Amino acid sequence: MVPFFAYVGAFLLLPSAAVLVGAFRDPEGHWTLRYIAAIFEGQYLRAFLNSVEISAVTALGGGIFGFLVAYAAVTGGPRWVRPALTTFSGVAANFAGVPLAFAFIATLGTTGLITQLLRSLFGLDLYAHGFTLFSFTGLSLTYLYFQLPLMILIITPAIDGMRREWWEAAANLGATDLQYWRYIGLPVLLPSLLGAMVLLFGNAFAAYATPYALTSGVVNLVTMQIGNVLQGNVLSDPQLGQALAVGMIVVISFSMSLYTFLQRRTARWLR
Amino acid sequence: MAYLEIVGIRKTFGEVVALDEVTLSIERGEFFTLLGPSGCGKTTLLRIVAGFETPDRGSVQLEGEEITEVPPNRRNMGMVFQAYSLFPNMTAEENVEFGLRVRGWPAAERARRVAELFDLIGLSAARKRYPFQLSGGEQQRVALARALAIEPKVLLLDEPLSALDAKIRVQLREEIRAIQKRLGITTLYVTHDQEEAMAISDRVAVLSHGRIEQIGPPAEIYENPLTPFVASFVGTMNRLEGTVQDGREGLVNYRGIQLRVNAARGRDPGTRVFVFIRPEVVEVRLVGEGDGLKGRIFSQSFMGPVTRLRIALDQGGELIADIPSARAKALTMGMEVIATFPPDAAGILNI
Ligand SMILES: Nc1ncnc2c1ncn2[C@@H]1O[C@H](COP(=O)(O)OP(=O)(O)O)[C@@H](O)[C@H]1O
Ligand SMILES: [Mg+2]
Repeated sequence: MVPFFAYVGAFLLLPSAAVLVGAFRDPEGHWTLRYIAAIFEGQYLRAFLNSVEISAVTALGGGIFGFLVAYAAVTGGPRWVRPALTTFSGVAANFAGVPLAFAFIATLGTTGLITQLLRSLFGLDLYAHGFTLFSFTGLSLTYLYFQLPLMILIITPAIDGMRREWWEAAANLGATDLQYWRYIGLPVLLPSLLGAMVLLFGNAFAAYATPYALTSGVVNLVTMQIGNVLQGNVLSDPQLGQALAVGMIVVISFSMSLYTFLQRRTARWLR
Repeated sequence: MAYLEIVGIRKTFGEVVALDEVTLSIERGEFFTLLGPSGCGKTTLLRIVAGFETPDRGSVQLEGEEITEVPPNRRNMGMVFQAYSLFPNMTAEENVEFGLRVRGWPAAERARRVAELFDLIGLSAARKRYPFQLSGGEQQRVALARALAIEPKVLLLDEPLSALDAKIRVQLREEIRAIQKRLGITTLYVTHDQEEAMAISDRVAVLSHGRIEQIGPPAEIYENPLTPFVASFVGTMNRLEGTVQDGREGLVNYRGIQLRVNAARGRDPGTRVFVFIRPEVVEVRLVGEGDGLKGRIFSQSFMGPVTRLRIALDQGGELIADIPSARAKALTMGMEVIATFPPDAAGILNI
């Protein structure tokens, strides 16, 4: 256990503590709430709202669709589907940053392959209809590319744990498919689904390279703001960056607590 | 027409023929068992009756009505699975109540019925527990209560005891039988354990490779197996391959030794036959005390009231004899003995 605590101390607790302390001190070393107050204002508040929104939307979207895809692959379809999906998901879930941004620009950008195809084949001009890859929608779409496979990877073991006998016993007792899902399927899966979606939320919330590469750092997200501060692109103090980091820690901690709370309520029947 | 009719069922999975022309009639209130080795198609047949599989051919009729195409949730059949079938997110009580809830029973009536069922299975103290807080045997009892709650037309059980300890297995099977008799519920039971099948059934169907080998009451199956498979699968059986020597007297020649077998009467001399002898009818004496199959004891295993001897016959082949343990003390390993059996206690099948 000693190496574990040493590891956690050196790489998790110590940096967090440094960030935490730094956020409350001005350059002269006096305690202050100035920087914390700043993140509740203007572009910084906006950044938090944007980050939370895109994380929530892509966690929910990726979570729901990822679950449906994983469920379909586990319970039906030809034999080869499952290993193929697992392998693809393993790769796609880690496909982020510059390569991912480039791939999306090449397909859905102003002169992207799909954009061009839609224009020439169906006369449909995506960009004329208000779509742009560099907007909130475009960024969400790009996030989904790794959120969905990540969901597939984490939720598959939980789906494996569902026993065919449960459905059969329910059907035997007269339950419809809907009743099975309402009383058994969903309640049994809910803790895993929530857990997985919290993970997805954190994954999106902390994403930096992908939004940076896709929008050249223009989109207003918390990670972008911290990056700007660190690179000195903005006339500002490092303390502000630390305050933003504290904000991130708070958001993530809050989502974890929410998860624990829900987990307790839904998992009374687990060991 | 019987209560439950299974007519000419055939079911294949790709190349595998799981069931081949299976026909059965089960009477109302009967405890009927499908017995056979693993992979012979028992579960498939049960799942066809429950509606989880559709047969390639044939039909299932309940009370004279065709139900082959009726979906499982409208068949009103209670099923008990091998293990882990309780809904993990519900207490024992909620599990039992589930069928009544989806049927829209009012709460008061549900509560009354659930109390009745827990009384029946003798588990009232465990009503509020979750499945993981119950032992394997308790889980199966709750599963039984859950299946019985809806007053099913047929109770289906697929090896419900095979995951339990030997002792609980025996105890619970007696309980299942007692409850079945008390409620008079028509029951289709699946097992690979011939002793279990013999102990609790009104009638047994022995299956092998998707085909029915024999149907009958346990005693009939045991005493009068109609095929070599049934003879060897149900209980322990000695099988000697011989030739009918005299069809009037009932004599069979086994490698030069004359065996008196009443069942051989009326068969043509020269017919190749199997002579079947249960170990418990074999008598073993010391050499010099009369004629019989001579051999040497090469194995002796104590089984409680009886001791099982394996005898290597001088003519080749071996014979198993179960003799009272008190008498077995005088018979030790390596001893030369004579084995005989009563002429009316052996069966015969043409090869
Ligand atoms: N869903 C299925 N897909 C392919 N083969 C199956 C399926 N279900 C059963 N089988 C095959 O059918 C045969 C009978 O199986 P089963 O009814 O489960 O036997 P038992 O219950 O007597 O052990 C076996 O050979 C089994 O492998
Ligand atoms: Mg089976």
